[in-house]
Amino acid sequence: MLKQTEGSRAVAEAVAMCRPEVICAYPISPQTHIVEALGEMVKDGTLSPCEFINVESEFAAMSVAIGSSAAGARSYTATASQGLLFMAEAVYNASGLGLPIVMTVANRAIGAPINIWNDHSDALSQRDSGWLQLFAETNQEALDLHIQAFRLAEELSLPVMVCMDGFILTHAYERVDMPTQAQVDAYLPKYVPRQMLDPGEPVSIGAMVGPEAFMEVRYLAHAKQMEALELIPSYAAEFKSVFGRDSGGLTHTYRTEDAETIIVAMGSVLGTIKDVIDEMREEGHKIGVLGITLFRPFPLARVRESLQGAKRVVVLEKSMAVGLGGILSTNVRMALSGLHMHGYTVIAGLGGRAITKKSLHGLFRQAEQDALEPLTFLDLDWNMVNKQLEREKAHRRSGPVAENLLRDVGVVAARNY
Amino acid sequence: MSFQPVKFYQTGTFTVGNRLLPPEERSVQASTKRFNSINSGHRACQGCGEALGARYAIDAAMEAADGQVIAANATGCLEVFSTPYPETSWQIPWIHSLFGNTAAVATGIAAALKVKGLTQNPKTRVVAQGGDGGTTDIGFGCLSGMFERNDDVLYICYDNGGYMNTGVQRSSATPPAARTATTMAVGLEPGNVFGQGKFLPAIAMAHNIPYVATATVADLRDLEAKVTRAMELRGARYIHILVPCPLGWGTASHDTIKMARLAKETGIFPVFEAEYGEVKAVLAIRRPLPVEDYLRPQKRYAHLFGKTPAVETIAHIQALADKNIRKYGLQARKEGH
Repeated sequence: MLKQTEGSRAVAEAVAMCRPEVICAYPISPQTHIVEALGEMVKDGTLSPCEFINVESEFAAMSVAIGSSAAGARSYTATASQGLLFMAEAVYNASGLGLPIVMTVANRAIGAPINIWNDHSDALSQRDSGWLQLFAETNQEALDLHIQAFRLAEELSLPVMVCMDGFILTHAYERVDMPTQAQVDAYLPKYVPRQMLDPGEPVSIGAMVGPEAFMEVRYLAHAKQMEALELIPSYAAEFKSVFGRDSGGLTHTYRTEDAETIIVAMGSVLGTIKDVIDEMREEGHKIGVLGITLFRPFPLARVRESLQGAKRVVVLEKSMAVGLGGILSTNVRMALSGLHMHGYTVIAGLGGRAITKKSLHGLFRQAEQDALEPLTFLDLDWNMVNKQLEREKAHRRSGPVAENLLRDVGVVAARNY
Repeated sequence: MSFQPVKFYQTGTFTVGNRLLPPEERSVQASTKRFNSINSGHRACQGCGEALGARYAIDAAMEAADGQVIAANATGCLEVFSTPYPETSWQIPWIHSLFGNTAAVATGIAAALKVKGLTQNPKTRVVAQGGDGGTTDIGFGCLSGMFERNDDVLYICYDNGGYMNTGVQRSSATPPAARTATTMAVGLEPGNVFGQGKFLPAIAMAHNIPYVATATVADLRDLEAKVTRAMELRGARYIHILVPCPLGWGTASHDTIKMARLAKETGIFPVFEAEYGEVKAVLAIRRPLPVEDYLRPQKRYAHLFGKTPAVETIAHIQALADKNIRKYGLQARKEGH
């Protein structure tokens, strides 16, 4: 059923149709609307049986989910940014124990400086946590991915993180096609745990493992993740047969057939990139884009296959490996190992900095002429940066960086590029 | 082999020997049908108070719940000595997640059981357990959250006054003047400083939860009775058990029970029961003993009894014990008064 609704609401309704049995909630922007909507559904009885627990921290949220999942309940939570970092120890623990928890991450920057707006630093900080990570391009895909995530998690007995851009998706009202309960029930089987705390059949979960078996346990975590590379395309195909639309999968290509320049990106910025590509194609530019839906496990073979015909690859990412460059681009580079082509890393949109069509037009044209620096920061205000660097040279006690820059800008406001 | 009823004696106390009791009043451990929830063969040190406390507590919980208990366990000695892969001493469903999240994991288990309970197994109960570090320090946030929401969990803290598993470091339950690896017996004020630390049972009571109790491994019948009482109630319940640690305290392995008894009989460790934030009963001290009796056998207090005994420090500890006796009304009423 077509519906005009907020991204968070759409995701909450999709999660509810997955019949979660335990939901842990701790407020952090921009995921809050999702758990608020779910909480209301539990309280008014629409979602039943389900326990909705207001916990005291994200660390507790993930820990409660660990307990409920280990006791055989389908478990869900949502977080973002600092919240994801605060629960990090439990994030690793959930995957190490092999518990199929599904969590939404409403992607948001990490402080300091504190910043509530969108980028991918939070989810990517947990890229090696052992969770599967899916990135949604649209609200439709966000809600669809949640339904697939429960299926995937429970089949593999591994937790799955569904990442959607904070505010850009979570707070955007747009048209989505809501599935029916019957469709979701047909697609998502009842949860049958591989391991469970059951007095009838007692097991010890979480025993200490020394050097004699730790490597093997870790290898199996990798091997199980790799199984997802096979499962996800088949689940996406099955999804299409039940729901009638393409959603999910490993990657999506757009106008890459004869492209000499291929952009690689994740999340909602793909929409803007596609618009720019359409306009450039009309002018005769041979350019296309590869969207990464599955970031963990990283679909190396698929990415290589999609990019190997190009002359150059521009990875545009909302994340940064400080002291190295890009995170996504490092992963893409691994997929391209041994191939000779130009590769560019573009860091863009950190902390909610708008990524505009105008900037992308300029960037992509520069790339086509191979005039880009290997590592580029899109729309970086060099005046602001240099002023601070000079200040630090001039005075020992140069003061807090963020406050200095805000003073230089004169006003705390979104800037128009 | 003919049936040999287990006999249970406690000498040097005022308790009645188990053999004199009618069968239904005998301790859970005295029965050959006890659950052995934590089975023999684990790797605890000789004389480990925690292993003893856990055996009595969890078996009593199992008895009360008709064998339907799920346990969550914090990282620490109990976790490490009971489950070195691929062995486990636990005969019950048991999970270890992290050091600081045990109360929350237990909340999750209880929530799952509640949801499932609509159709199956409504009897299964949840017990969480951890040492004093995992409870009073790193796990305190999750514990307070579990208390405040009144989640249906019995949390048991085995308090040995420090991080013994990592090599005897100070926790917020380490008593004043005690030497640990991070409160060294050097300087002007050797050992742990006065005026720090927390008494978690009092904080638990401040959450107004249905049941809070303290116990020691010296009064095991009392411990069993408290676990049994806690299992009769629903909601958040907390039992704080003093469990001497021969390694960390520097005491003889065979003196564990004695040390626990001295902690109680000196007033160092008040043993009481509280419901909804009000103390309802105490284990009375018939003849309070001087704290020196408790301190002197422990190497962690050896610096108090050197060439020049630290008289003032000992007096300070005595004052704290006396305050406990006053505050909790621990002194038994004398006959004729």
